[in-house]
Amino acid sequence: MLETLLPILIFAALALAVVGAWRRIRLWRQGRPAEVDLLRGLAAMPRRYLVDLHHVVGRDKVMSNTHVATAGGFVAAAVLMILVHGLGLANPVLGGLLLAASATMFVGSLFVAKRRRNPPARLSRGPWMRLPKSLMAFSLSVFLITLPTVGVLPQDAGSWVLALILSAVLVWGLGEMVFGMTWGGPMKHAFAGALHLAFHRRPERFGGGRSTGLMALNLDDSGAKLGVETPSDFTWNQLLGFDACVQCGRCEAVCPAFAAGQPLNPKKLIQDMVVGLAGGSDAAYAGSPYPGKPVGEHHGSPHGPIVAREGKALVDAETLWSCTTCRACVEECPMMIEHVDAIVDMRRFLTLEHGNTPNKGAEVLDNLIATDNPGGFDPGSRLHWAADLNLPLMADVKQADVLLWLGDGAFDMRNQRTLRALVKVLRAAEVEFAVLGVEERDSGDVARRLGDEATFQSLARRNIATLAKYRFQRIVTCDPHSFHVLGNEYGELGGVYEVRHHSTYIAELFEAGRLHFAPWKGGSVTYHDPCYLGRYNGEYEAPRNVLKALGIQVAEMERSGFRSRCCGGGGGAPITDIPGERRIPDMRMNDVKQTGAELVAVGCPQCTAMLEGVVDATAEVRDIAELVADALVARPAAAAVDAAANKTTAEEVT
Amino acid sequence: MRPEQQGVDVAVLVSVGRHPITGRARRADQDARGLELALGLERQLPGSRVRLLHAGPRGEESESALRGYLGMAAGAGTGLDTLTLLEQAEGSDAIPALAQHLAAAPPQLVITGTRAERGEGSGLLPYALAERLGWPLVNGLAAVEKVENGVATVLQALPRGQRRRLEVRLPAIVSVDGAAPAARQSAFGPARRAELEATPVAAEPDQELAQWQMAPARKRPKRLKIVKAASARDRFKAAAAKAEGGSGQVLEGVSAEQGAEAILKLLEAEGVLR
Repeated sequence: MLETLLPILIFAALALAVVGAWRRIRLWRQGRPAEVDLLRGLAAMPRRYLVDLHHVVGRDKVMSNTHVATAGGFVAAAVLMILVHGLGLANPVLGGLLLAASATMFVGSLFVAKRRRNPPARLSRGPWMRLPKSLMAFSLSVFLITLPTVGVLPQDAGSWVLALILSAVLVWGLGEMVFGMTWGGPMKHAFAGALHLAFHRRPERFGGGRSTGLMALNLDDSGAKLGVETPSDFTWNQLLGFDACVQCGRCEAVCPAFAAGQPLNPKKLIQDMVVGLAGGSDAAYAGSPYPGKPVGEHHGSPHGPIVAREGKALVDAETLWSCTTCRACVEECPMMIEHVDAIVDMRRFLTLEHGNTPNKGAEVLDNLIATDNPGGFDPGSRLHWAADLNLPLMADVKQADVLLWLGDGAFDMRNQRTLRALVKVLRAAEVEFAVLGVEERDSGDVARRLGDEATFQSLARRNIATLAKYRFQRIVTCDPHSFHVLGNEYGELGGVYEVRHHSTYIAELFEAGRLHFAPWKGGSVTYHDPCYLGRYNGEYEAPRNVLKALGIQVAEMERSGFRSRCCGGGGGAPITDIPGERRIPDMRMNDVKQTGAELVAVGCPQCTAMLEGVVDATAEVRDIAELVADALVARPAAAAVDAAANKTTAEEVT
Repeated sequence: MRPEQQGVDVAVLVSVGRHPITGRARRADQDARGLELALGLERQLPGSRVRLLHAGPRGEESESALRGYLGMAAGAGTGLDTLTLLEQAEGSDAIPALAQHLAAAPPQLVITGTRAERGEGSGLLPYALAERLGWPLVNGLAAVEKVENGVATVLQALPRGQRRRLEVRLPAIVSVDGAAPAARQSAFGPARRAELEATPVAAEPDQELAQWQMAPARKRPKRLKIVKAASARDRFKAAAAKAEGGSGQVLEGVSAEQGAEAILKLLEAEGVLR
C-alpha cells in the first residue's frame, strides 16, 4: 500500500510547493526592479551558503553543527526520498544513504528540540516552537518507511494500521518541510534564504569582501517618488531578503537601541516588512516587540503606507529614527539581511517627501544647506581653532602628500583638542600635509543618514569638485564618518580617493620608524571600536597596534571588535533623539567600567562626545591622537646617531 | 451650538530670503512663518484655500528659495502645489504689481512677513499695500483664533510675551514676525515637483531704490550692561529685568545745535567719547 501512497504524497507535496513558490515569487515581484545578475547569482549561491553564511552561523558552534546536521540531513533525505520512494528506485545503496541522512537529520532535530526547551528571549516562538517536532516527524517517518527498502524489515511488516499512522506522520513532516517552505511556514527561510543569497543586493559582501556604503538615490527624475513609502517601493530583492529572516534574534541581541528601550527591534522591523509585503496585521508575530509598543496594533499592505502621516500603519516613524546605523544587526545576521539600507530607504521618504525629520533633524538639515555644517556655524570660522598653528592650506600649496580632512569636529571644542594633537603628531613625523580649510564642507554623512539624499549629494559633489583642484596621495582624517563617506560613498558620485583613518596612518608612521614614544605610565586602558571604523571599514587592528606601540596593554571589553557596542552617536540618532529607558552611551561606559579601565581610548569625535557625556563615568575618554601626542619624544638618545645617519634614507621614504 | 466656520481664502506673500551668516538665498524666516500660519488656518477651517504670491525676478537661486515654501505643503492635503510668480526685472517696485494682482482677485486675508531679508528691507510693504488696497492691517500676528461672518479674531504679539486680542474685518492684511509659530520643515520632493506659474507684469522701476547706495550693514554699537551683583538672585534679576529707560529725556522742538549738544553730552556721560 505504501508503494502507491508514497509517490502520491511526495509529488503532491512537491506540486503544492511549486504553486506556493510561484505565489511567493509574485509577492516579491511587487517590488521595484533591481539590477541583478540572476545566473551568476544562482551559480554563486552554493558557495555563498556554504562559506559566507556559515562563517556567520559558525560564531555559535553548537547551533552551527545543529544546523549542518539538520539542514544537510534534510536536503540529502529529501533528494534521496524523491529517488527512492517517489521514483521507486528501491536500491539498497540509495536506501542506506537515505537512512543515514534521515538519521543525521533526526539527531540534529534533537538538538533543535533541546534549544527550544528553554529558548532565549531573542528567539521567536509561535510556529517556530513546533519546528523541532516537525523535523522529527519528517526524519523519523522517512527513516522507518525506508527500513523495508534496505531489507532490514520485511516489505509487509506491520499492519495497514501502522502504515497509515506512519503515512500520517509523514504527511505532517512533508507539510512542514515541503509545503510550508513556500507557503509561509518556518521553513520559508530555506527557500527565500537560498534565493536571497543568490540575488543579494550587495554581492561584494561574499568571498571575504566588504560593502557598507549606502547606495545613491537617483535624483535625476524630477517626477519620481523619493525613498520608500510602501513595501512595494523596495526593490524586489530587498523584499526577498526580508522574507529570508529566520527570526533568530541575533540582531535584537546586539541592537543598541533595543537594549536602551527605544522602540526598535531589527527582527520585528524585518517581520513587519514581511507582513507588509503579504498584507495583514502583525498580531501573529511571536517574538520580542518594539519596546513599549504592543504587538497587534499595526497593519499594512504592499501598496499601503509603511509610516502613516497620522495614526498607525505598519511601523511608527520613531522606530525608524531610533536606529544609530551601527550595522551590528547586519554584521550579526546569519541571513545577511541589510537592515540599515532598508531603514535609510524609509527615512529618505520621511525626510524628502513628508518633510518630517524629528526633533533637531530639520534644523540640522537647514544648517547643512545654508552653512555646509550641521551646527550652523560660519563656514569661514572652520579654521579658527588652528589660528596659531599656521597650517598649510591646499589653496596655497596646491599639492601635498597628505590631505588632512578636519571634519565637522573642527567646530567642536572637544574635538579641536584631538585635531591639535593630530597636527602635533603629523609634524613630529615630518609628514608633508595640508588642509582644505574653509574650502572643506561637511562630508554629508549626517544628511544622508537622516534621509536627506539631496543635501548629501549636493555636499558630496561640491566636495569632490574642491578635491579635484588639488593633488595629494591620500586623505587622512580623525573622523571615521568622514572616512567612510569619502572612502566608500563618494566613489559612486565620481570621487575615488585613498582614505586613511588617523589610527591607521599613525600605525604606519610608527612602523616606518618616524614616531617615538615614551613608555606608558598611566593605568589600565580599554579601547572602544567606532562602528564606522570597525564594522563599516574592517579596521580593528591599527588602533590596537598604536596602543601597543605606546606600551599600553588593552583590557578588552566583552563587546569589542566586530561585536563592539555602538556609542549611540551614529546615524543622526543624537539629533532625532528618540526617548528610551536608558541611554546608549551609559551602557557603553558600563562596559568600560567592567574592564576596570581608567581610560578608554577612542578614535571618533562622535564616540568621544557621546562617551564624555556620561555622568559619573569611571574612565576618562581620550582620542588615540591625544595619547600619541602626549607620549611623543624626540628620537631616543641611543638612536639619535643612527637616525642622523639614516636621515637621507628617511627623506627618500617620504 | 458654535456658529459654522467657513473656510477663508488666504494669500501668503513670500520673498526670497537671505541666510544671516552665509548670505545664501533661502525661504525667508518670517514669510515661512506666515505660510505656517496659513497652513494651520487651513487645518482649523476646512475648505480654506492658500495661495502663494511672489513678485520679483526669476533666477536659479531665487527659484530654489521659493520652492522652499512649496516644500512645506508636503501632503498637508492643501493642493498647494503652485506659486504665482509676478515676474519683474531686478530692481522693480513690487508694490504696484502685488496690489494690482490682489485687487484683481481679492483674497480675504493676506499674510506677509514683517520685513524682507534682502533688498530694501524697510518693512514698509505691508503698510504700502494696505494703503493702496484700503484694507486694515494688523502687525505682529501670533495666531488667528477664528473667522466668522467676515470678521477674524486674531492675537497680536506684544513685547515680553503679551498678547492682544483684536477683531478685524476682512479682507485684511496681517504681518507676522518671530512670535508666529515656527515654520515646518520643507520637503525636497514636493518642492521640486511643484510649479511656479510665472506671469510677466509691467515693471515699474523703483526710482528711489535706484538712487540709493547699498553698503554692508555695520554692527550697531550695543550698550554694555555692567552688572554689579553680589548674589545669584541679583544676577538673575538683572538678567530678567526690563531695559530701564528712566534717565532718558525727550527733546521736542529744539534746534539742530541743541540736539547735537544733547547727544554729545550723553555720549560723554556714557564714556563713548572722551
